[in-house]
Amino acid sequence: MNDATPPATVVRMYAAREDIYPRETSGRYASLRWLCVWLTQLVYYGLPWMVWNGRQAVLFDLEARKFYIFGIVLWPQDFIYLATLLIICAYGLFLVTAVAGRVWCGYACPQTVYTELFLWIERKIEGTRSAQIRLARQPWTLGKFTRKAAKHFSWGLLSLWTGFTFVAYFTPATTLLHKVLTAVLGPWEWFWILFYSFATYGNAGWMREQVCKYMCPYARFQSAMFDKDTLIITYDQKRGEPRSANMKDREAGKPAGDCIDCSMCVQVCPTGIDIRKGLQYECIGCAACVDACNSVMTKVDLPTGLIRYSTEHAINNQFSLKQMQRRVLRPRVLIYSGLLLLIILAFSTALSIREPLKLDVIRDRGSLGREVDDGMIENVYRLQIMNTAETGHQFKISVSGIDSIALATSDEVQMNGTESRAVPVRVRVAHGEGKPGSNKIFFELTAVDNPAVHVKEKAVFFVPQ
Amino acid sequence: MSDFTSGFWNIYITVLALLGIFGCALLLWAQSMQKVEVKDDSASQPGTTGHVWDENLTELNTPMPRWWMWLFYITIIFGLAYLFLYPGLGSYAGKLGWKSSTAYQEELKKADAEYGPLFAGYLKQDLKVVAADPKAHLMGERLFLTYCSQCHGSDAHGSKGFPNLTDNDWLFGGDPETIKTTIMHGRNGVMPPMGAALGTDKDVENVANYVRTLSGADADPIKAAMGKPKFAMCAACHGATGTGNQEMGAPNLTDKIWLFGGSKETIMETIRQGRSSTMPAFEEFLGEAKVHVLAAYVWSLSNVNQDQTKK
Repeated sequence: MNDATPPATVVRMYAAREDIYPRETSGRYASLRWLCVWLTQLVYYGLPWMVWNGRQAVLFDLEARKFYIFGIVLWPQDFIYLATLLIICAYGLFLVTAVAGRVWCGYACPQTVYTELFLWIERKIEGTRSAQIRLARQPWTLGKFTRKAAKHFSWGLLSLWTGFTFVAYFTPATTLLHKVLTAVLGPWEWFWILFYSFATYGNAGWMREQVCKYMCPYARFQSAMFDKDTLIITYDQKRGEPRSANMKDREAGKPAGDCIDCSMCVQVCPTGIDIRKGLQYECIGCAACVDACNSVMTKVDLPTGLIRYSTEHAINNQFSLKQMQRRVLRPRVLIYSGLLLLIILAFSTALSIREPLKLDVIRDRGSLGREVDDGMIENVYRLQIMNTAETGHQFKISVSGIDSIALATSDEVQMNGTESRAVPVRVRVAHGEGKPGSNKIFFELTAVDNPAVHVKEKAVFFVPQ
Repeated sequence: MSDFTSGFWNIYITVLALLGIFGCALLLWAQSMQKVEVKDDSASQPGTTGHVWDENLTELNTPMPRWWMWLFYITIIFGLAYLFLYPGLGSYAGKLGWKSSTAYQEELKKADAEYGPLFAGYLKQDLKVVAADPKAHLMGERLFLTYCSQCHGSDAHGSKGFPNLTDNDWLFGGDPETIKTTIMHGRNGVMPPMGAALGTDKDVENVANYVRTLSGADADPIKAAMGKPKFAMCAACHGATGTGNQEMGAPNLTDKIWLFGGSKETIMETIRQGRSSTMPAFEEFLGEAKVHVLAAYVWSLSNVNQDQTKK
């Protein structure tokens, strides 16, 4: 080390967050984001109030361990469907990310959506970006206090509604509303409403881009799906540089790029980065800078698209739109699409042929097999019948696998909707039939009023030596 | 009651846990006080901390967010509060006195408060009335499948040594109240070994033959006739005609129902070695109200048409 090194800045190992006041944007991508906000939130806030066949359309009844989703009722045994659904979501994310980069982050992620809503409230109460900065630097006055209090109160209300809606997916919304109004919530309902509200308030009001930068795992592993043909927000360096804000120099014919260095792209950025430095991990792909730059370019009469959705290849080689599009169908994309399609096909097939009836056969272990009066061999089973549909049925029990095999108990059983019950049955085989030891047999359940509701389960019949 | 054999381990764990927590806090504090000189700082570069490894690996200046540090402090405070309130530091029981056994008892109490009234309602009713109640029948079936089926079978038909409960043949009596008493307090069925008392193996075989004739099974008539006088020793319990005695739980030998098997060999074995079987008492475990519902179910198995109640 020598004395010529520039003077060093001294920092701490834990840095304070720098406040970011994103400027409001308008334009194609801002509208698209608001469309996504409306769509996702209409579904989120609206779904718990939808009624289906006299019950809440979507309800996850944890206590009864039954998940109602429109026409179907899922039981804990159906957890495989949830797992598959999550795998579909994961592959969907892979595919979309490989093709179009972080569009999920930029338009539909709850963190983005709620931040957008909270920013809207903030602007309504505190004013534009510059007014917000001014207010923040002001000493505390009654006016500042009122504004800040109004903002946090509004944020709080929206958060509480969000928390309430979340719990309404687990406790029927109308019951929950009644419980809230009469203040007789259970401890866990209290906890989850307040916790979810607090998380919404904290994440969308205070944490904002910190969530994307430091907390979100998807943000980080999406870079593994990126390649040089993935859509990213890019600044066209070749066209923009050397940037110059000096109009006189421009008019004097000094070499200048199209970037007029107005810093609009930096002011609108919700993560506080300068996109002109190139692709950065903080960029959530919201395209606010694209909207901002385009409106500036229009004002100064230059072609738009100085900052635009493009790919690394396209920007470096100045591809036309056609050339760029042609590269969408690359092996990575095809493999993701193929896998996604396969899983979706398997999932929808499995869901459509799913029987609303389950049967577990449990053999009595107390005795292997016993001889009854007329020399017949008898085994005892417990049939755990789960009628997962919401309608009750009369079921016929039948047994097969050995010639003379027959039930010695009632062959009909009445099951109510979503009822689970153990039914003990005795099965008999004539003397001398079936080989000594274990014999494979089958139990079948068929709804009397609808033979399509049917399930078959194998079991073992034991014949003593 | 401490699980430790010596007081040392108590202190060892307490000291280690607290040292660990305070060590973390100290490390965190020291790190947050550390100052780093950033070099090559410019508008477009985050700068480096000056650390270089393996010739050319440099550490960029990308500090952790400060709120992250506060999260660490919050976990430390949470840890200390937890150890103060709950058991964790050696044998210290925690301020709240929480125990998994009391938590279990409380859950039981909650379940009792919820389902207790339902059972209590049935307890007030006569057993035969309960037996006719379809809802009580389903509850009884569930109780039976959970607590009784291991020995008596899911269908209550029993197996060797465990009586069939559906044949209306009872060792200790089959009226509803007696069944309830049996479940509440349990039973001990003892048949003493009679081989030595009867005499030789021949005598045992003769008696076995006679016993078989009581229910009309095939037997050697001569041996049976020779066994008949010896049966007097058995009559004390089983009665002179072999119809048994429900006061003592002595089985009826005339009805073709055999608890351990009715072949000549098995009967001889029973006479020679005796039998001993136990029905455990359920009063303490289930409580009278549940036993009441259970007794009604068991009684209904041989007294109410099953097909009717299956609906």
